[in-house]
Amino acid sequence: MRILIYMWEGVRIAFDALKAYKMRSILTTLGIIIGVTTVITIVALIQGLNQAFSREISAIGTDTLYIQKFPWIMNDNDWFKYRNRKNITLEESERVRQLSTLSLAVAPSIATRRTAKFQDKSVESVIIFGTNADYMITSNAVPEYGRFMSENDVHENRPVCVIGWEVAQKLFDQADPLGKRINIGGRKFRVIGVLEKKGSMFGFNQDIIGIIPIGAFQSAFGAQRRSVEVEVKIKSPELIEEAEYELTGIMRRIRKLTPEKENDFAINKQSMLLDTYNKLTSTLWAVAIGVGAISLLVGGIGIMNIMLVSVTERTHEIGIRMAIGARGRDILVQFLIEAVVLSLSGGLIGVLVGFLATWVVNLATEWVTVISPTNVLLSFGFAGAVGIFFGYYPARKAAALNPIEALRYE
Amino acid sequence: MLIQLEKIEKIYEIGTVKVPALRGVDLLLGKNEYVAIMGPSGSGKSTLMNILGCLDTPSGGTYTLNDINVSEMDDDQLAEIRNREIGFVFQTFNLLPRATALHNVELPLIYNGTSAVQRRKQALEALDQVGLADRVHHKPNELSGGQRQRVAIARALVNRPSILLADEPTGNLDSRTGDEIMEIIEDLHEQGHTIILVTHEEYIAEHSNRIIRLRDGLIERDEAVHK
Ligand SMILES: Nc1ncnc2c1ncn2[C@@H]1O[C@H](COP(=O)(O)OP(=O)(O)OP(=O)(O)O)[C@@H](O)[C@H]1O
Ligand SMILES: [Mg+2]
Repeated sequence: MRILIYMWEGVRIAFDALKAYKMRSILTTLGIIIGVTTVITIVALIQGLNQAFSREISAIGTDTLYIQKFPWIMNDNDWFKYRNRKNITLEESERVRQLSTLSLAVAPSIATRRTAKFQDKSVESVIIFGTNADYMITSNAVPEYGRFMSENDVHENRPVCVIGWEVAQKLFDQADPLGKRINIGGRKFRVIGVLEKKGSMFGFNQDIIGIIPIGAFQSAFGAQRRSVEVEVKIKSPELIEEAEYELTGIMRRIRKLTPEKENDFAINKQSMLLDTYNKLTSTLWAVAIGVGAISLLVGGIGIMNIMLVSVTERTHEIGIRMAIGARGRDILVQFLIEAVVLSLSGGLIGVLVGFLATWVVNLATEWVTVISPTNVLLSFGFAGAVGIFFGYYPARKAAALNPIEALRYE
Repeated sequence: MLIQLEKIEKIYEIGTVKVPALRGVDLLLGKNEYVAIMGPSGSGKSTLMNILGCLDTPSGGTYTLNDINVSEMDDDQLAEIRNREIGFVFQTFNLLPRATALHNVELPLIYNGTSAVQRRKQALEALDQVGLADRVHHKPNELSGGQRQRVAIARALVNRPSILLADEPTGNLDSRTGDEIMEIIEDLHEQGHTIILVTHEEYIAEHSNRIIRLRDGLIERDEAVHK
């Protein structure tokens, strides 16, 4: 109870001082304002990036593995090493499909860009995938209407295609595309399905695509000499490590690799992208933490400085308070509160300016920003901690004053 | 006995020079006494008052207040004694310049944890007692010297202390205002307060019941006043 009462007196004194020395207080807290603003803004940018990234990456499931010639993440130098690897073939993909026990679906795929035409309309640079019926599961390519390719379509290399939402829109407008023959890269394909609208991922528009049987792809576009990518959907995300192990074993067996030989293929997965992304953003984090820490340090020294001035200016007042019964620790608490009020005011202004800055970024750029309550509370907490830490020395100095000498001080 | 001083000494050290301000003061003082301390400038009056008020500690001797040996207390305990047992009135008022009269008077109650409602009630009572009920929201620079000293007296009273110490309370006031302050002090004595007062003026000392004369840090004379 007693502590609450004189803490309240401390708050009252602090606000009196803030009111009496407005300009001085603002200048004093400048370091803290800059620190908090920086942290709020950069963290909002990072969290915005995170959100955008996780939305993009969600298209690559955590339960999907990709057997490919090249790993997704590599150094420039490694490229030459990987280039000499054997291509992954359709037959190998078929063997994997037969041998794997942990997979739900296995789809080989090759892709190319071709123009799609129907009557007088055309869409350029449509990404054409050659694949099998499992692709519907591995790539979550769900038809909005019509149907996906069947096993038979693929087996017999029928000239059928499933087209992306935007292709259908552009070629057929309001008309029904199902059953129509469209021209893809000079060959005719019958439309059997139209995919749901998916949006874009990493700048690639997932709605301007066409999917055809892989055999038809090879004979139409002569891609026998290209490596296929094998998409493997696992029964559940927890099995991903086991499945990776299993697939590695199967591939090595197919390719008859002796134990001393390295893998001559790559098994890619979402977490590889995540890891790389995290490495990238950690640089941003370092900047936020660095600038924030330095500004808070400078701000803290500013607060210590002004509190020392304040203690000197108010020596007589401290004497009066001590003469009527304030103990050293009462004075200590009073000055600590003043330092904290000062630093928290800086923190508050910093948060407001931070909000303003991120708002401007939002207006001026495409960059999405996210300000989370944790971010705000943490910045506030740091500002308060700086007040306590740097206010302690001046406060202790005040508390240690001798009452009679303080009273005599003019 | 309320106050018991035995061989109280105070030596100030300025560099290597030692200035003896008190050189062995013995004093007994009972409840509801009204004592005036007189003596030439530099004789040790303020030094003695500061020790009596627990603002300063003696270099030697013992000081017993209400049967408690104050000379052995630490800083926090002394702060509590100052808060509970002592009301101090200074020549220069020593009010907080930015606080209202009411807040100034409430201050001692803040440091002993009195609740806000109770604090306000006691402070208003004390201000009323010194005749300032209509000035409670004024700040010191909006009050006359006499009014400021009355705020200071209200502040000294508000905690119902055992002793009221006043070091030249009229020193900064003209004689008519000084008389008003002396009347208040006399009233307080009649209500049962114990009062120790430092003054240079014989006619002010005459208000008291007992005059102690200091010279060079020693009690030269200690005599009752006959009215
Ligand atoms: N803080 C101090 N440091 C050094 N010497 C001091 C200090 N305070 C008082 N003195 C000395 O102690 C002696 C007594 O001083 P004190 O203030 O008690 O006198 P006083 O009787 O109150 O005088 P006055 O009537 O002028 O107020 C003086 O010689 C003074 O110079
Ligand atoms: Mg004096």
